[in-house]
Parts: sequence; C-alpha cells; structure tokens
Amino acid sequence: MSDPMRHFRSCHEIFAELSAYLDGELPEEACREIEEHLHGCSPCEAFLVSLRKTVELCRRYAPGALPGPLREEARHALWRAYEQMLARRRNSGL
Amino acid sequence: MAARSREAETELARELIHGTPGAFERFVEAFRTRLFQYSLMVCGQREDAEEVAQETLLKVFENFDQLREPERIRPWIFRIARNACLMKRRKSAFAPARELSLEELMPVRDDGSAERRFEIADWSALPEQKVLQSELRQVLEEAIGELPDIYKTVLLLRDVEELSTQETAEILDVSEDVVKTRLHRARLAVRRKLDEYLRTHGN
Ligand SMILES: [Zn+2]
Repeated sequence: MSDPMRHFRSCHEIFAELSAYLDGELPEEACREIEEHLHGCSPCEAFLVSLRKTVELCRRYAPGALPGPLREEARHALWRAYEQMLARRRNSGL
Repeated sequence: MAARSREAETELARELIHGTPGAFERFVEAFRTRLFQYSLMVCGQREDAEEVAQETLLKVFENFDQLREPERIRPWIFRIARNACLMKRRKSAFAPARELSLEELMPVRDDGSAERRFEIADWSALPEQKVLQSELRQVLEEAIGELPDIYKTVLLLRDVEELSTQETAEILDVSEDVVKTRLHRARLAVRRKLDEYLRTHGN
C-alpha cells in the first residue's frame, strides 16, 4: 500500500499536467505522483504514449510548401542592408 | 526537418556579424524557407508569407548589430517574424480568439465497464521512421493549421521550432505559464486529430 497520507491523484488531475511532465517542467514530487498514477492506470499510460508521439511527430514535421525562388531585387535589398550594417559596425570601431 | 542545431545557427550568426564570405548566402538559405513556412501556417496566404519572410530577413540584416548574444539568434528572428505576421493579419484581427478547454480535449471514456478505458487508437504501431508518411504528414499539417491562432503559434515555436518555454514567452509577450497551458491544449487538439485518423486508417 502506498502512503495513505499521500494524495492519489485522479486521471482528471494528471491530465492537465501531462505536457509539463513530458517536457520535464514539473517538480520532482509532482512527477512521482504522476508516475505512481501511470503505473496503476493503463488508459492514462496509453494516453501519455499518444501525446508523446504527437510531440515527436511535430518535431519531425516539415511543412510541404516551399517559397518561390528569391527574386534578384529582393536578394539585392537584403545584401544592401547587410553591407550597410557591416559598414556601420566598422565605423563604430567594433 | 533539416538538421538545425542551435550551435550551428550561433556559429553562422557569428560569421555573419564578422562578414565571413558566404555567410550571407548560407544565412538566407537557412532561414528563408523556415520563415516562409512558419508565416504560411500563421497567416494562411502564400503571398503574405513570402512578404513576411522577406521583411523579416530585411529587418534582421538591418539590425543584426543589435543582437548582443548570437546564441539567441533563433528566438530573435522569430520575434521579428511574429511581429511581421501580426501586421499582415491586422485585416482579420477582428475574429475573437477561440479558447480550447481541457474538458473538450479529454479522451472519451467508455463508462459502464469495470475496467476504465479511454477510446484511443493503437499508437504503439506508429512507425518510428524519420520521414513522415505523406498521408500522416497531411493530417498533421491540417491539425496544426486548424488550431486557433493563439495555440498554433505556441505549438509552432515550441514543438516545430523547438524554442524553450522562456523564449516562446518572450516572443509572444505572455507568461511562461500561459505558454505551457496553450502548448498542452494545442498538443491535445493535434493528438485528437491524429487519433481520429489512426482509428479510421489504423493498421
Ligand atoms: Zn488514469
């Protein structure tokens, strides 16, 4: 039996904190309570797997759309801004 | 996603500020497509996204000497892009932000059985491959695209661009707690879409 003084948290309670748990943003005590819950609750455990995989998919996600080619005048405007910035830096003695 | 380590970006930022030959081209190449893709997800229009990418790069080059810490190049750029997106979206800014509640994002529980169960797809079969299968990628893209704006930007910055909670909070001018709350709801909403897809197209 676990410590009767320890609050056994409900599915509902841990549901709100699962992202913070995955991101390692919860204090140690809260992590332990969640792990205790997950240990005895397979639906929540399966749910957490699905949430973790969702995050992994987002990290691997590469949007399909690509911009059109960079037009020469647009490229030139960027280059000019870059050169001016460098010149300003040189003049300020950096 | 192309390998994009924070270290490589920091190094590129240092080269850019020192005028290293080739740094300009590599910098444009490294960020233009990403800025376009981020803006397209946020603004919704190709034309706007092309403009945001260009305006952001222009501001970056104009103000590069104001970037004190090269290791903050990624959040610095996305802060500029975010503001450029806000300008583009002023026309449609009248739409109120829709809130996602935790309750609506909880999995449906099929009551009555002694064993507590959520209705949930079998995610364990999801392949761990590097490149997303095109249909799944499409579902993911739609799921992110359908998120209300305040959730979409947080998810794009935290999970797609892999910025920290603190960096994201600074970019969006909100507290870290707000970032965490929105991120969780955004992920839950995307998770639900993927779950629906997996249940109907499961293996
Ligand atoms: Zn549970």
